[in-house]
Amino acid sequence: MIGQSIVLAAEVPFPPSVEDFYLPSILPWGEHNSYWFTKITALLWITVAAIIIFFLATYRKPQLVPTKKQWIAESIYGFVRNNIAVDMLGKRGINFAPYLTTLFVFILLMNFWAIVPFAQISPNSHIAFPAILAVISYVMFIYIGMKHHGGLKYFKHALIPPAPWFILPLLIPIEFFSTFLVRPFSLAVRLFANMFAGHMLLLVFTLGGFAMLNANVWFAPFSVVSWVMTIALTFLEFLVICLQAYVFTVLTASYVQGALADEH
Amino acid sequence: MITKLATDVTTLAAEGATEHNPIIPLWQEVVLGLIAFSILCFVLMKFVFPMMEKTFAARVDAIEGGIKRAEAAQAEANQLLEQYKAQLAEARTEAARIRDEARADAEGIRQDILAKAREESDRIIGAGQEQLAVQRESIVRELRSEVGSLAVDLASKIVGESLADEARSRGTVERFINELGTAGSAGGRR
Repeated sequence: MIGQSIVLAAEVPFPPSVEDFYLPSILPWGEHNSYWFTKITALLWITVAAIIIFFLATYRKPQLVPTKKQWIAESIYGFVRNNIAVDMLGKRGINFAPYLTTLFVFILLMNFWAIVPFAQISPNSHIAFPAILAVISYVMFIYIGMKHHGGLKYFKHALIPPAPWFILPLLIPIEFFSTFLVRPFSLAVRLFANMFAGHMLLLVFTLGGFAMLNANVWFAPFSVVSWVMTIALTFLEFLVICLQAYVFTVLTASYVQGALADEH
Repeated sequence: MITKLATDVTTLAAEGATEHNPIIPLWQEVVLGLIAFSILCFVLMKFVFPMMEKTFAARVDAIEGGIKRAEAAQAEANQLLEQYKAQLAEARTEAARIRDEARADAEGIRQDILAKAREESDRIIGAGQEQLAVQRESIVRELRSEVGSLAVDLASKIVGESLADEARSRGTVERFINELGTAGSAGGRR
């Protein structure tokens, strides 16, 4: 991105637009409407490969007394297992810990590309990936609910709160809307919008610096301020990256918790 | 300048609106994302995290097993200690008993020996006294006869005459001796 920006410094496209998120294809090179092999999908594969290699390498020969690397891998799993899965789901959480950890690590690393130099765009700023994860969470909590309560009884349990009969016509649509319609969208859009906005912010301040410099040399101090802001926002972005990965995982766990709950 | 920027914005925005909508996922990315995430889930959930659970379980087992083993060892040690203490107490009472017995035995033996010694000494004393009495008796008897003959001898020597009359002489001697006996006993008492 920086390289691209410097090249384009003479004629900086400002302000950044949605099109900045759809980079030309890598293979075939420069194609605009080919999406099979782009920077985004390349980062996706690198993410998956990096996570698999890290965990397989650190956990190839597990020992009772862990090595440093093994300890790091165990800490990541232990964090999600104990602080999210077991905390929210109790003993049953251990069964969900592997998926939740996979989810957490995947989102975290996918988000992290937003501030990695030369990558500097998160695949999660394309809604396709958050949408996949949200749909998996959605299907998962409904499936678990049906399995736990027995088929359609789950919907009865989820939709009909213990309330006086005359208020039910109001409550049932609200429950249906919030549980079965909004959840996947809110999950997907929350993650996507955060990463999208983060990238957009960084673009605005980076390109804005160049735009001001181009407009008037005397604006140079403002350009510097703008670039300093970029660095500051990168740190903010780091916070958002971790927070959103955590929030997505916690919400998924909380939906599962709701599906498994016996009381309302 | 600002107007130029504004036109840029409008053209770019228009382009953006026509070409891509960020809210609509690209199906190619959905396919690739599904494949990639499935691979990730498969590898991590099948090969990595179950292993971690196993390691955690083994670790818990090792720690709890260690605690259990330590507790068992402690219990065994306590039991042994109790046993030793009991044995020691037993040995102590036994020793005291033996000591008492020995003391009693010693006392008995002492008493026995003392009694025997007393008996023996009594016996020896008695024998001595008896012997003394016998000896005295025999001496007295001897002396008596000797004194008789001596007296007779002396008398014959002094008188110078043979006492023809046996019976008279015997009577004289008897009388003499009796006188002597009384004188002797009076002298002995004195």
